[in-house]
Amino acid sequence: MENRELLAGRPKTVLPIPHLYCPGCHHGSVFRLIAETMDELGIQDKTIGCVGVGCHAFGFMFLDIDLVSCLHGRAPAVATGIKRSLYGKPIVFTVQGDGDLAAIGMGTIMNAVIRGEKLTTIFCNNAGYGTTGGQLAPTTLLDQKTTTTPYGRNAELEGYPVHVAELIATFKGVAYSARCSLTSRAEYNRAAKAMKKAFQKQIEGIGYGFVEILEACPSTLKLSPKDALRWVESHMMEEYPLGEFKDIDSIP
Amino acid sequence: MGEQAFISGNEAIGYGALYAGCKHFFAYPITPQNEIMEFFASELPKRGGVFVQTESETASANMVYGAASTGVRAMTSSSSTGFSLMQEAISAMAAAQVPCVIVNVQRGGPGGGTTQTSQMDYLQVTKGGGHGDYHTIVLSPSFVQEAFDFVQLAFYLADKYRHPTIILSDALLGQMMESIEMRKLEFTPVPEKDWAVGLGRKDGQRRMIFPGFVVGSMLREYLVAVSKKYEQMKEKETRYDTRGLEDAELVLVSFGSTARAALEAFLMAREEGMRVGMIRPITLWPFPYQIIKETSHKVKKFLVVEDNLGQMVEDVTAAVTEQAQVYHLGILARHLPGPSGLILPQTIYEEVKKIYGK
Ligand SMILES: Cc1ncc(C[n+]2csc(CCOP(=O)(O)OP(=O)(O)O)c2C)c(N)n1
Ligand code: SF4
Ligand SMILES: [Mg+2]
Repeated sequence: MENRELLAGRPKTVLPIPHLYCPGCHHGSVFRLIAETMDELGIQDKTIGCVGVGCHAFGFMFLDIDLVSCLHGRAPAVATGIKRSLYGKPIVFTVQGDGDLAAIGMGTIMNAVIRGEKLTTIFCNNAGYGTTGGQLAPTTLLDQKTTTTPYGRNAELEGYPVHVAELIATFKGVAYSARCSLTSRAEYNRAAKAMKKAFQKQIEGIGYGFVEILEACPSTLKLSPKDALRWVESHMMEEYPLGEFKDIDSIP
Repeated sequence: MGEQAFISGNEAIGYGALYAGCKHFFAYPITPQNEIMEFFASELPKRGGVFVQTESETASANMVYGAASTGVRAMTSSSSTGFSLMQEAISAMAAAQVPCVIVNVQRGGPGGGTTQTSQMDYLQVTKGGGHGDYHTIVLSPSFVQEAFDFVQLAFYLADKYRHPTIILSDALLGQMMESIEMRKLEFTPVPEKDWAVGLGRKDGQRRMIFPGFVVGSMLREYLVAVSKKYEQMKEKETRYDTRGLEDAELVLVSFGSTARAALEAFLMAREEGMRVGMIRPITLWPFPYQIIKETSHKVKKFLVVEDNLGQMVEDVTAAVTEQAQVYHLGILARHLPGPSGLILPQTIYEEVKKIYGK
């Protein structure tokens, strides 16, 4: 622990608490990125985080900001209630998994962007349900084996992987939507830039900021941390292109 | 004296909330509750408040959860089927100890049911509704004045106990107009909301609102704390109205809008010299078991009148001593055996006469 702090340092917004993630899980890095972004923007004292239900949520424990833990899929509704009640003053963001956001909560996120909320969402796409043991998510790849698609995802039965960052970009009230990965230092840096923009769009009152992050869940993929990372590169990035799908400075 | 107004039960809910300082309202349209949200849609923008028409009752309740987490007084309203959709969030607010007010203007039937009145959600609101071991205080207005007053009371109780509070109205009361006095009710001070998020970390500490119990002893600690809270609510907040218990030989028990018809039947019976009494539960949870139990030491006949197939009758039966007989007059006794109608005072009076003479 100490040595690692020496190596990488600890963002101000991170508490010195060990996280609960499996080796090679990317969720820890996502929360570190969020903390670094808040440090950089200096918004720790006026930011409220809303986390969903799933492994992605456990990172709340070491974020030193005000937090509201939300029901499965409902974080954008809770965030709406918070942001509006405080008359837009705080910075409010959600962290949601692919089951949380794209399955049970798809209607909730869609309606938040339809209403033109000024929020930020960090979408953790690890192509499946981590917490409950590796079931199919709407983002699971075709032919990918999960515990509920033991023969692989079949388009005839389960449809096709959903591209959320592209979908979000189509809504008028959205100011920023991007997809990133954490597969290399260069990609990590790009993700950091994207995250900063997604918060800035909210801070400047322009519109919704959305970042999808492709992540590995080595435990349910049953791969080593390194192979899981390579799998994100070879499989997920093939289905889900990285890039910025929307980046505007005013809603036309 | 406050201002006199001739308004509907639904509007009274709206005015009551404004008098309670509630400026944050989130709801989805449903009959027979629409006038409440339309009231806020026109009143809140004028007063610098927040009104959001949501995409569902699920969203309404979750927005209230977010809003109330910041310490503001927040509210939603709906009717039966929409109220069902809120249960997960109400359970979460009980777990996270987030105070708010939820209004259910009941309609009839299970499923989509009808838009006409009923009292069919009694068991749902008093025995949980959502999952897990929780209760909420449930206030049951019978008059438009009470609808106005009870919203203020509900916000006070919610803040006092840091807990969601429910108002159980119905289509009849919601649509009915009566003359009321509008005045701000005074209550004892409520605790500071230093647990709320978004206060700017004055003490440097983060605030967390959490409806789950992930770490080892959290659930146990919560259960110990919340059971104390429930005991206090039972002891201090049980409310009811009684009439003629001194010499009663038969006691009517009725709540909400149906209690108005029961009250008329009570007056008719007294007029005829029958020694009839009445207990009107005002808090449906905590339920006034004690007064019913005490009364049953001398009164041996109870007639429960409610606009459903028999729900509160279970609580009354549980409350009375063994020697007492509990009769029930329910929705099948309505003067119109259709989706609409109500149990008329005359029908209740006839039933009273029948049982009284036994
Ligand atoms: C209403 C409801 N249904 C189901 C669950 C069970 N559940 C908990 S986490 C989860 C899936 C989470 O998957 P995802 O959002 O992808 O998060 P990950 O664990 O992959 O980070 C489910 C189904 C729940 N908590 N609440
Ligand atoms: S199960 Fe998957 S998502 Fe959950 S902590 Fe482990 S690696 Fe991460
Ligand atoms: Mg997932």
